[in-house]
Amino acid sequence: MLLPSALRARLAGAPGAAEPLPVERSPAARAAPFGFVPRPVRFPREHEFFEDGDVQRHLYLQDVITQVAEAPEKSRVPEFTCQVAGCCQVFAALEDYQHHYHMMHGNACSLCSRAFPSEHLLDAHILEWHDSLFQVLAERQDMYQCLVEGCREKFKNTQDRKDHMVRLHLYPADFRFDKPKTSRGPSMPGAIADLSTRTLADDGDAMEVCPSPMTLSSAPVSEKRTYSHRVPSTICFGQGALRGFKSTKKKNKHH
Amino acid sequence: MWSQRQSLLRRVACGVEELRCRRREREAALRKARRERQLVSKRLLREAPEEAAEEGAAAVLGEAEIQHFLRLAQRGTEEKKREEALVTLRQGLQHLETQQTFIRLEGSMQTLVGLLTCNRALLQLEAARCLHELSHSEQSMVAEACLPATSYLLTYLSGHSSNFIELCLYTLGNLIVESEAVRKQLLPQGIVPALASCIQSPHMAVLEAVGYALSQLLQAKEAPEEIIPCILNSTLPQHMLQLMQPGPKLNPGIAVEFAWCLHYIICSQVNNALLITHGALSTLALLLLDLAEVVQRTEDAGLELLACPVIRCLSNLLTEVAVEDVEGQMQLGDERVVAALFILLEFFLQKQPSLLPEGLWLLNNLTANSPTLCTSLLSLDLIEPLLQLSSLSNMVSVLVLTVLCNVAEKGPAYCRRLWPGPLLPCLLNTVTLSDTEVVGQSLELLQLLFLYQPEAAQDFLQQSGLQALERHREEVQLQDRVRALQQTALHG
Ligand SMILES: [Zn+2]
Ligand SMILES: [Zn+2]
Ligand SMILES: [Zn+2]
Repeated sequence: MLLPSALRARLAGAPGAAEPLPVERSPAARAAPFGFVPRPVRFPREHEFFEDGDVQRHLYLQDVITQVAEAPEKSRVPEFTCQVAGCCQVFAALEDYQHHYHMMHGNACSLCSRAFPSEHLLDAHILEWHDSLFQVLAERQDMYQCLVEGCREKFKNTQDRKDHMVRLHLYPADFRFDKPKTSRGPSMPGAIADLSTRTLADDGDAMEVCPSPMTLSSAPVSEKRTYSHRVPSTICFGQGALRGFKSTKKKNKHH
Repeated sequence: MWSQRQSLLRRVACGVEELRCRRREREAALRKARRERQLVSKRLLREAPEEAAEEGAAAVLGEAEIQHFLRLAQRGTEEKKREEALVTLRQGLQHLETQQTFIRLEGSMQTLVGLLTCNRALLQLEAARCLHELSHSEQSMVAEACLPATSYLLTYLSGHSSNFIELCLYTLGNLIVESEAVRKQLLPQGIVPALASCIQSPHMAVLEAVGYALSQLLQAKEAPEEIIPCILNSTLPQHMLQLMQPGPKLNPGIAVEFAWCLHYIICSQVNNALLITHGALSTLALLLLDLAEVVQRTEDAGLELLACPVIRCLSNLLTEVAVEDVEGQMQLGDERVVAALFILLEFFLQKQPSLLPEGLWLLNNLTANSPTLCTSLLSLDLIEPLLQLSSLSNMVSVLVLTVLCNVAEKGPAYCRRLWPGPLLPCLLNTVTLSDTEVVGQSLELLQLLFLYQPEAAQDFLQQSGLQALERHREEVQLQDRVRALQQTALHG
């Protein structure tokens, strides 16, 4: 295929449309037995016209393993301890620390140091546990927000909310992010007062229905401290301590 | 602008070289799967480089061993030991036998989900990697055993650890294609809003993973009814288009994923007007220009993987634009679009000839109702290169002839520019072929030329064109048109 040499220059040039030649159609053009009509053609997804391109796409998807094989090694450093006050986790790789930091201190409640997987769940927790107005309002109107992001439903109590999440969002009945307020083991200093005052108002609910084998009820106890398994072993009074860390972005392994 | 982005795609191309034979087998398997409407693929994400080398070296684990490692991970006294137990388990889970033993073992998935949601970040990560291995299983039963984990995987998408989010997304993306039952659970659990929030992540790896998961969701059979309406109602389309905007920030790995997503949406025809409102046509046209610019400078970057869905999106969208609006739509009257398309056709010819029909399909949709672009085809001297393609296959031939008919039917001014020139020998050749469709389209073109440029009939007659037509006189689908043309040529 020999393209005119001016074509590349044209592509690099300024936008511009050609001045169209005059269109003059004769009715005889479509007289039988001829019948050409110019028409844009649409192809649906399953059309065989797309077979070759689709196969190429799927070969690419499956080839991804060859890319990931070139991932950079973890940056090994001398062992160090998490700098967040009260957290004693030890790390040998920056990546591990970064992951720990995001998971355990990224969305931690500054009042009781529980860690949450998302801001949405942290907000709900703070509202329901630490906002003194919440209980007052909850007696008059539905205040318990659905925990699924993007759902705006609110409920009278956590049991109704749980029913909604199980029925409508197909969440497992033992969904574990909404931890009960009652703490059976020794809890963290500072959080106790808060928890105990609230225990009475607690309707004994919570999503953590089954302390069955999989809920890790016998989670290990670190030598240095004793925690309730329900409370993250990391304490974070005020998240400010390591705010700057997030900018030390890990090298993207794909690129 | 594209320099750092090419590395990703080039690596794929290198792997292809070595695995040519295996690839051919897989290609055949994929073709078969597509015909049976079972075309699904999964992605495998493995982190540590040492493991890639050791792959296969990891041992198959028996029931007792799995149990042992799970218990160790759950109750070990030292965190390092617990982590190591999960690493061993994960390596074992690379084998189908271990996967099957694992899912048969009572309480194993519950324990793994427990570890996924425990309060030790590194254990969570290892548990998620175990789940990822299971999600990649070739056996549906294994992947479906991961269902109890989906609500957690989705919740973690709103976290801060980009590695973890990426892993959750690839795992979800693998599970999505497993069955409609999985998707029926993921939709109410909020996968669409979760993806809509992830697509705003600043991390490239997360964005690519979002594109992957979304493309898996969109390939579902029930997508046009059940999934695409939700997606069009979300903020996803605008963000997708933003990520396909050409410019220094464009990342081809990400753009590939979202271009395919867009293709699945557009060819399902749910509400394409909405996408046009969001500027899809101009984004796609600009991306086409950019791609043509890049393929001239870059070798082996796998850009056909991006060009293909971009062409499909543009071409299908053009069928929804009112005739009088085609040229009015930003960029689409621009003759650079035609120039770009020809540069891409040349690129396909060298790199992936099987994609040529798709490029010519776009050329048809661009020229069908646009005198401006038909004129560009003539003024940029593109008729001859177009004709050079026509000998490749019957399908390509028909598409080339159809584009020429688009030009010719616009009237005498257009036909005067088509004739004479290289078109005459080309037509003298195509009318002798045995493919009815190729000959039929040639006859349509001849009739337009004879009508608007009577000289053409004389030339054709002098070159013994009529004798060539003679051979089709007995063919039912062609004989009327053959006779009519002979009539015109002989009697004017
Ligand atoms: Zn810490
Ligand atoms: Zn709190
Ligand atoms: Zn809800």
